[in-house]
Amino acid sequence: MTAGIAVDAGPEAAARSGDTAGALRAFVALLWRDVFVTGRELVAFLAQVILQPLFLLFVFGKVLGDLGYTQGNFEQVLLPGVIAFTAFLTALQNVAFPLVIDFSYTKEIEDRLMAPLPTWLVAVEKIVFATLRALIAAVLMFPLGYWVLGEVSITWSAVPAVAMFLVLGSLVGAALGLTLGTLVTASKINLVFAIVLTPLLFTGSTQFPWVALDDLRWFQVICAFNPLTYVSEGMRAEMLPSLEHIPVWVSAAALLCFLALFLAVGVKGFLRRAID
Amino acid sequence: MTAAVEVIGLVKRYPKRPDNAVDGISFAVGRGEIFGLLGPNGAGKTTTIGVLTTRVKATSGTATVGGIDVRAHPVAARARLAVVPQRVNLDRSLTARQNLVFHAAYHGVPVAERNRRADAVLEQFGLADRAKDKVDFYSGGMGQRLLIARAMMHAPEVLFLDEPSTGLDPAARLFVWDRIREMRQNGVTIVLTTHDMDEAATLADRVGIMDHGTVLALDTPEALTRSLPGSTTLDLTVAYAGGDTAEAIVEELSSVAGVEQVERVTTAPDSPAGGTAARELRVRLYLTGEAAALIAPVTQLLLARGARVTGISLGEPSLEDVFISLTGRDLR
Repeated sequence: MTAGIAVDAGPEAAARSGDTAGALRAFVALLWRDVFVTGRELVAFLAQVILQPLFLLFVFGKVLGDLGYTQGNFEQVLLPGVIAFTAFLTALQNVAFPLVIDFSYTKEIEDRLMAPLPTWLVAVEKIVFATLRALIAAVLMFPLGYWVLGEVSITWSAVPAVAMFLVLGSLVGAALGLTLGTLVTASKINLVFAIVLTPLLFTGSTQFPWVALDDLRWFQVICAFNPLTYVSEGMRAEMLPSLEHIPVWVSAAALLCFLALFLAVGVKGFLRRAID
Repeated sequence: MTAAVEVIGLVKRYPKRPDNAVDGISFAVGRGEIFGLLGPNGAGKTTTIGVLTTRVKATSGTATVGGIDVRAHPVAARARLAVVPQRVNLDRSLTARQNLVFHAAYHGVPVAERNRRADAVLEQFGLADRAKDKVDFYSGGMGQRLLIARAMMHAPEVLFLDEPSTGLDPAARLFVWDRIREMRQNGVTIVLTTHDMDEAATLADRVGIMDHGTVLALDTPEALTRSLPGSTTLDLTVAYAGGDTAEAIVEELSSVAGVEQVERVTTAPDSPAGGTAARELRVRLYLTGEAAALIAPVTQLLLARGARVTGISLGEPSLEDVFISLTGRDLR
């Protein structure tokens, strides 16, 4: 019996020491798989992430401005919002849609859930990859904005803070995507996304500065519950400092709170769907 | 030597269900063994596999794979096991070969080695010429083969197959069985679930019969069927003499030592009446021992009263009979 116990201890001890390195390798491999697949579908990816913000920017920033329906530098108020919206929604959709389909229908994710890494890290990989995609999409909006509007209001000194808000915004979007993707079943996906995405888009202070809503108090309160508001406001504070905005630290703190909340709920939901 | 798989007092109860899906089962699988879990749908086979493969959280009990406690160290266990699920869950964004290579990458197999293994298993599973196809274009049988090939990519110690031949045509089934035997020869321990008697009987070294979350019997297929009393049968067709009656013959056969029961098998209704057919009797003898041992005494007894055996056939019990005797119902 003593010998049996000694043999038993062998693989367990070896397993524990090998776990961390193996988990890291598996995580990188999962990320590489997603990057590899995106690389092969590059045109589809670009069309998916760029067309909507591009049209938004063109019609509301350029066309309405040229026709004289908007005043002053509205297009420069709009641009930071559109970039924020691009990052946030790209991240959200890139986590939520594949997850709903994977868990409800194709089960393709099962092979990745069987990889030798903790299950919650599979969820983290989804968030990291979606954030990467969202950042690429958001960064592309700067040259596109310049091309459509002829001008992008930003200074070099604002770049680090802008980058921080883009990363934070993408992470919050991805974590919200994780929450939605694990809560929603395939049969309800259309309904939920109609109910969630449209309000998210129009209460996210992308098309207007939040502080200016003082006279429309009820709407301002609603917008305060939308995490996208703080991405838009943070971006606007850095790109158009002269415009009244929510204090930068408030926006950053709000985003961190949303991130913690959605990560907790999303990872919990992911584990619930992954393990019976 | 430790068992490749060991389950002790395993219980799984799903939330909001009145009964345990798995109700305190215990079994051990030796290294290099093919172990079959046989039972109807809903018996708890898939749940048991789910616990062993870390996808289902056990309510209580112990489960180890390759000496690793799957509940305490799921990540380490995953490195040692592979699973072939009931449903094809291949990565449809990738080609067949990429499915294999990425699976190996998740498991930390070095680049050169994973490419070498991918080519080898594609050849072994007869998929080399379709290696570059997207798996979307694969038939069900090819998908199933690729699933097994993928499972082999990280050289697991234990391979779990959940109903490996469901939905396969007979040729594909035999192909899969051959590959499973091949893997066993290479030292892989195999645990499979099935509701197919043939599969359990021909493939498995030992079979655990499951129903309602419990293991009812566990042994080699031969021992399981041997254990079944009165299930060996001897079917006789007898042509008897003019003065004899079928009833008298049945009575005498019943008194032979080793015969438990004699059942008259009705002749087919379209058989011609009169002539010799009228004096033909078909019976099935249910025996307590070997059927072959009773051929001589029965034939002699019949000859003595002027009757002739015109047909004879031996019936060995199947796993299906074992299952029916254990559960009182059919498997399907």
